[in-house]
Formats: sequence, structure tokens, C-alpha cells
Amino acid sequence: MPEALMKLLDAKDHPLLSVEIGEVNRMRRHALDFEKPIAEVEANIASLKQITEGIGEDRTEEIRELELLLEHITREIFSNLSAWDKVQMARHELRPYTMDYVRLIFDDFVEIHEDRHFGDDPAMVGGMATLDGERVMVIGHQKGRDAKERAYRNFGSAKPEGYRKALRLAQMAEKFRRPLLCFVDTPAADCTVEAEERGISESIARNMRDFALLKIPTMSIVIGEGGSGGAVGIATTNRVAMLEHSIYSIIPPEGCAAILWRDPDRAPEAAEALKLTAEHALRFGVVDEVIEEPMGGAHRNYDETARRVKASIQRHLSELKGLSGGDLVQSRYERFRRLGEWYEEGRASIAVAGG
Amino acid sequence: MPPGGWFSRHKPESDLPEGLWSKCERCERIVFVRDLERNLKVCPHCDYHHRLTAWERIEMLTEPGSFSEWDADLRSSDPLGFPEYPEKLEKDRQKTGLTDAAVSGCGSIGAHRVSMGLTDFRFRAGAMNSVVGERLTRAVERAVDERLPVLLVSGTGGGASMYEGILSLMQMPKTSVALARHHDLGLLFISLLTDPTMAGVYASWASLGDLTLAEPGATIGFTGSRVSKQAQAHVGRRPANYQTAEFQQDRGMVDRVVPRKDLKATLEKLLDWTA
Repeated sequence: MPEALMKLLDAKDHPLLSVEIGEVNRMRRHALDFEKPIAEVEANIASLKQITEGIGEDRTEEIRELELLLEHITREIFSNLSAWDKVQMARHELRPYTMDYVRLIFDDFVEIHEDRHFGDDPAMVGGMATLDGERVMVIGHQKGRDAKERAYRNFGSAKPEGYRKALRLAQMAEKFRRPLLCFVDTPAADCTVEAEERGISESIARNMRDFALLKIPTMSIVIGEGGSGGAVGIATTNRVAMLEHSIYSIIPPEGCAAILWRDPDRAPEAAEALKLTAEHALRFGVVDEVIEEPMGGAHRNYDETARRVKASIQRHLSELKGLSGGDLVQSRYERFRRLGEWYEEGRASIAVAGG
Repeated sequence: MPPGGWFSRHKPESDLPEGLWSKCERCERIVFVRDLERNLKVCPHCDYHHRLTAWERIEMLTEPGSFSEWDADLRSSDPLGFPEYPEKLEKDRQKTGLTDAAVSGCGSIGAHRVSMGLTDFRFRAGAMNSVVGERLTRAVERAVDERLPVLLVSGTGGGASMYEGILSLMQMPKTSVALARHHDLGLLFISLLTDPTMAGVYASWASLGDLTLAEPGATIGFTGSRVSKQAQAHVGRRPANYQTAEFQQDRGMVDRVVPRKDLKATLEKLLDWTA
């Protein structure tokens, strides 16, 4: 890239600096290692557009070529993601979080803050909303975007009061017969002394048990990290969908590597062994649907990602709509009941999860 | 030089070594094996509750000859193809004579028939995999069918088993939905927490009892020390008895810490009251 263009790209207050360039720079700053070629080509395209529009020099031909190249390398890179690449995608700093989906999918969101026991937990959000006019309850883990918000949201690790708030909202949804939607995005439940003191285990366990008995349609969507107990604490639902580049795991790969090999640096290997991708979750029957992400991942196109998540929610809710409260409890029971894989000695057949 | 070398920090196996005498794992005083056995493996000097195997626990709690095992033919299938998992399972099968980390069945405690499930720490640290989840779930389902009370005894170091990944994780909601149905029918579930009860097991069925009992001194908690050290979560005020049965009772998470010698009588009283 010519030096003049680099200057143009990096200039903060340049009159020509368009929204698009700001966005491209943001992508470049947060690009994962394997995303860097994509970010570079995007930056080149943006600068050529700038020249065309700003200086009036026609570079449309080059732009067209670069756009083809961009599509090609993006497809190439994203068709070969390793499990570890997916872990990084799931944790991507630009990935849409729960409140982004709330903003893009629902209307009239009214956030509700308390658990009636201890206090508010900013790592778990929830409230009433409408989905194309239908009244629904929404809950979800919430991560922070910058350093300050990340600390405020405790990196998306909810405490007992967060799980109790979630249960309170779930039971309120049941009282008023509204569907419940849960957005799952947590590295793990909070593991501090205070969480232990207030019963983090009990709060997660109780949610699984009491979510099981809800006589309303329930659905969860794993949008980023489906971190162990912290995830299942709001995901014992009739339907579970998962975004393509999300993960669902019993343990973070770093922790697994530390325990198995006493070496957190072998996390990529552990990620592979843990089979934590959406593809595996679908094969094991753990999720009912994998929602395909726009090319390059959810963070490259919030609107399109939200549109697909919304379509998935509407499809599942319409399928569940005809069921009675008792049928919803029964089918949820059967859904979780069959998970696992084992065999019975003396019999040839293997009981496979998901039937 | 002692076996294992001067600098060996090897702790004895949870099983006390064979012979006439052994050393208490906590106070390290010499105890006659016969005295220890008579005392339900509780150290007569320091009251340390040594870990029991699933079958020792069954023998201690149920009426002689009343226990019949269920689902002994279930076997782990290594669904993830996890490195060295089949070998580790086989090793523990040889070592313990168990087929997996949980034993389930029906037995009598006093006058009450009780559906039971117990994890055994000696087998893969009692971790919950698909077989453990399936055995416990079936035990709860039989209790639902026959309207029986359930007693689950936990003793697992690592919670849900890493080696079956997401499928182990799913045993948490699976056992919980089964207990939800049992709960919804107004049936009694007693959870007995023994050393150690951690992570995915503590955060699922072990925390769902109508009544939660625990043995004195048992380690009980959500996050194991290795993980929380990594997360530096314990910097600051960590109580001296952190993540013990007594700590959990103090914080209202355990209903009652019951010495081993009183367990059977306590269970009988609770079963009588609720029957």
C-alpha cells in the first residue's frame, strides 16, 4: 500500500475519513492472526474507494479485482478453521453480544435488574421484549466491549444472583405465558469466593431443574462461548441453537491442557480433543440447529447475523407453539434424557446421542 | 529411607493399605486396621473420615442383603476418541473391580426401600461421564415409576468428566430434568455429599436434594483449586475452612453435617418423617 494511503487510513481527523474506513481500521486492529490477510485486503479496498471518491481518480477496476480476491481468501480461510480458530472466533472482541441481538432482533426491551435475593448481576441481563409484536422474555450472559465494561460485566461470568435473576424472569415468563429466549455467551460461571459463598452450584443446579418444569416454549442460542456449567445454567430449554463459530465445552481448552499435560500452551491440541465445535454439538444431538454465520464471521455483519438468529428463533417458536404446557415439559425431558453415549455389554449396538 | 524417597510427597491411596495397621491420612498416627474398620474408617484419633468405596457405603447404609444393583452392563464408549481414555478406564476397572464411576441400585434403609446412586472416587476420581449420568438418571426414573425416595451419594473430584467433553456436560441437565420430574411428584430426594464433591456434580444433582447432608470435613465446592489458582480467584479473603462441609453448612448450602456413625440413623429418621 502506498505510504500516502497509509497516512490517509491512519489519520484520525482527516476530512475524508469515512465511516467505512473507521470500521475497516477497527477490524484490522482486532483481527485474529488468521484474519489478518482479510483485514489487509479490506483496508486496501477501503483506501482505493477513498481515492476514487475523494481525489476523483477512478480505481473501480482494481477495487473489483480486490473484492474478488477478498471473497476468495475469506472463503479459503473460513473453510479450514481448526477447533482452536473457532475458540478464538467465539471469543472475538468484535463478536456480537447478547445486547446487540436484543437491539437488532427485538423491540420495546425493558430490562429488569434484580434477583430479590442479593443484588444485580451485570453479567446476566434480561427483560421483557417483543419479537415482531409477539411478547417474549429474553435473558442472556453479557460481556463487555472495552476494558471498563469488561470488568463491569465480569467478562460474562455470572454469579449466583445472575442465575437467580434468570430463574425469576423465566418463572415470570411462565406466569404470563410468554416464550423464553436465552442467549448463552460465557467463558464459565464466576469462580470467586463470593460466588461460592452465595451458592453458585446451587443456583446453576436449580435453574436446570426448574427450567425443566416450565410450561412455556423455551429456546437458547449459543452465540459465543458455551462455557460449561455457566452455560447449561440457562440452556435447559426445548430447543438449543448454536452459531457456526461458537463453542460449547465442558472446560476451556487452556484448563484442559493444564490438567492433562500441565501445559496451557497445548490448548489448541486440547480444543481439538474436546470436540467443542458447533458441528460436533449437532452430531452429538446437543444442539438442534447450527446457524450459519455470514462469510468471515458474525462480527463482519451484525445485521445479517441477527437476521439469521431471528429467523431461527421464529421457526423454532412456531414449531413449539401448538404444544400444551405438559407436552413442552415432556418433549424437553426427552430431549435431554437421551444425551450421552455408552453401550451395553453383551449387545452390539451403541446407544448414540441424538438417536 | 522411606519408600518413595525422602522428598516424595506421595499421598497414600484412598484405600488403606492391607495389613494390621495403617497410618491416618490426616494426623498420620498409627491406627489398627481392625479398629479403623470397626469405626467405619473414621480415625479414632482425629475423627478424619477416610473415603469409602461405593460398596462400603452401600454396606454401611443398607440392610444386609437388601441391595440389588441396576444397569451393571453399561460401559463407556469413548465417544470423543479422547487420547488415552480407554486405557485409563481399563486401568481403573482393573484397580477397582468397578465397571464405571457410579453404582446404582435399590436397597432398604430401615423400613424404606430407596433408589440409590453412588459415585466412587477411586474410578476416574468419580467423574460424571455418560455411564454415570445414565445410571443415575435410570435410578431416578425407576424411583418415579415405583414412587420411591432417592438417595444419591456424591464423591467426585473433577465434577463432569473432561474425557467425554460436551456429553459429560449434558449429564448435568439430564440428571437434573430427571430429578425435576421426581421432585414434581412430591417424592423425597436426599443428597449425601462426601469427600470430595466438586464442580459439575456439585452444580447439578448433588445440589438438588430436598435435604442435603454432608460428612464432616468433606471438600465441597464449585471450582477446584487448580482452576481457581489459574483464575486467581482466591486472592484476598479466603476463609480457613473454605469449600468444606462445615463452610457450606455455615453458608446455608448444606442442611446438616452428619458424622458417619450417625448417618444411617439420621437417614432413617428423615425417611420416616417424609414417608
